[in-house]
Amino acid sequence: MAILITNETRVVVQGLSGRIGQFHAQEMIEYGTKVVAGVTPGKGGTTVLNRPVFNTMREAVEHTGAEASLLFVPPAGAADAMMEAADAGIKTAVCVTDGIPSQDMMRVKRFLRRFPREKKMRLIGPNCAGIISPGNGFMGIMPPHIYTPGRVGIVGRSGTLGYEAASQMQALGIGISSSIGIGGDPINGSSFRDILELFEADPGTDAVIMIGEIGGPQEAEAAAFVRDHMKKPVAAYIAGLAAPKGRQMGHAGAIISAFGESAQEKVALLSSCGIDVAPNPSAMGETVARILSSSQKAA
Amino acid sequence: MDIHEHQAKDILATFGVPVPKGGIAFTPEQAAFRCRELGGKRCVVKAQVHSGGRGEAGGVKLCEGEAETRAFATELLGKSIVTKQTDANGKRVDRLWIEEVSQIAQELYLGFVLDRKSERIMIVASGHGGMEIEDLAEEDPDSLVRMVIDPAAGLAEYQARELAFKLGLNGPQVAQMVIVLKACYRAYRDLDAMMVEINPLVICDDGSLVALDAKMSFDGNALFRHAAIAALRDPGQEDPRESFAADHDLAYVGLDGDIGCIINGAGLAMATMDMIQLAGGEPANFLDIGGGASPERVCQAFRTVLSDSNVCVILVNIFAGINRCDWIANGVIKAYKDVGIELPVVVRLSGTNVDAGRKIIEDSGLPIISTNTLAEAAEAAVLARSQRIAAE
Repeated sequence: MAILITNETRVVVQGLSGRIGQFHAQEMIEYGTKVVAGVTPGKGGTTVLNRPVFNTMREAVEHTGAEASLLFVPPAGAADAMMEAADAGIKTAVCVTDGIPSQDMMRVKRFLRRFPREKKMRLIGPNCAGIISPGNGFMGIMPPHIYTPGRVGIVGRSGTLGYEAASQMQALGIGISSSIGIGGDPINGSSFRDILELFEADPGTDAVIMIGEIGGPQEAEAAAFVRDHMKKPVAAYIAGLAAPKGRQMGHAGAIISAFGESAQEKVALLSSCGIDVAPNPSAMGETVARILSSSQKAA
Repeated sequence: MDIHEHQAKDILATFGVPVPKGGIAFTPEQAAFRCRELGGKRCVVKAQVHSGGRGEAGGVKLCEGEAETRAFATELLGKSIVTKQTDANGKRVDRLWIEEVSQIAQELYLGFVLDRKSERIMIVASGHGGMEIEDLAEEDPDSLVRMVIDPAAGLAEYQARELAFKLGLNGPQVAQMVIVLKACYRAYRDLDAMMVEINPLVICDDGSLVALDAKMSFDGNALFRHAAIAALRDPGQEDPRESFAADHDLAYVGLDGDIGCIINGAGLAMATMDMIQLAGGEPANFLDIGGGASPERVCQAFRTVLSDSNVCVILVNIFAGINRCDWIANGVIKAYKDVGIELPVVVRLSGTNVDAGRKIIEDSGLPIISTNTLAEAAEAAVLARSQRIAAE
């Protein structure tokens, strides 16, 4: 078992006809992901990688029964494409696009609220590397070979720092159930807390590592969730101990602008909620190994 | 993207916020002329730099007439002022704003920001203006009034009234406050701002409301649809290293240390900086080279890092997903040839095509320090730094 994507998930790629969309869709197909269609307005009726391309998401969903969508849509049109996916009945959408205006995301989040809970689309990202359930399939831009199948969940903002964690775990022989990138933007579809909730309910996951960074309230919210609602052990790392206040560190959301948003404050808060925080980014793998062995001893 | 006070006042005025009369000056003569335009008597001369705390830093002065205005302008123009928000180099004053004097009865604070918790625009206001919001939050948190705006409905008039009453306003000031609040909200929304701040918003002796200061910053990701706002960028207010990087589409932040960093991904870049600090060094910069880094792009990254004369070691840390280690390795070698590198370079490659990348580095015969893990790379960089300093 895994979360959000399995080998049965039928995926449509928004922006399949573009160079980047096509490149990553090819990798996903080779890995065994069920890519069933593409959507590029104006390219309806063509085929790419032997998959039909549709003009609209509604047509793609009607013809293929797709339930998930991966977006490679440029920033100016990305918010619109997310809303189109939600309206077409997509259950899970993953948006890789970096550089979407904040107010566009505000509008998307408001739009998603109009759907009743059971019909509401789960959005992952934007500005994320995507999601992978090793051995089953992936939606995104990550190098899949660094993920060994297993029973630890990863959730993080940064793509490459997530790769770093996965490869440290691979070196220690620790496998991964699913790895979810929630992205580096200030307004994102799913928070750390949302993903932790899924991992807690997933019978295929024994423990989770959460990779946070400076800026925003989501790590604190997740820590309270871990303390109050999680039985599975959680490890963490918070990037940005060396980051100065008030300067944006690449990610639009990585900026210390309020109390509790520095790495030091987040580390202290997470530790106080029973989360084992790796003292440095090279120790993410061994911290996961430690929470696994202490939970086995307890059991 | 930040803009100057006078630009923010111009923008807010077009949306209906009352601002004092005034004019811009780039020379002492122009400053004297602006004073004359305002009646030739008392006026306020304000340095235009992208920073708060200008008053305490000597950037604002009440001048009596043209002669004093000219003298103060002569003193200020071309000089850098250091505020508590700038670094030790401060910000250069290239322009002044000369405005009429307002008779202040009370100062209010008014700010519009993106609230990450509610994921909406939030108004923060206080009946005690003039102080920085951080100080206000610390010293008088009870005076702060917060209000979140529903993006679908916009700022409702009743909300604006409620806020005005909470600030203790009454009579015609309530109606004026509603106009100011709605104007700021429309400016924020229509122009994709990230911050609108009027501090202080003053109640004058005659009971009218005036924005005595104004600050706006804009969402860099939305500038593609606001050409007029993008044109307000003032590179003279930016760190020259950061301007160079921005022109080459690299995410770069200059810092105070001496270990230059070239990394892919913002999170890995921050983590590498942390690792350098833990190993006993200090990073000179944050630099995210992004995905799909071609050899040319790697060269630009080297040029950017080397534009900082403090740098004495360069650390390249790449975990290739969309990137490929062989491209990066070729980029490093190209940088040796094209940019001319004399400093020690530590390289750590991982991910896609790692073996090919490492082989290219090994076969190059260049004195590149090749490492396998993040921890090794940081330690090697700190060691190379201390060896270099010892040798000097």
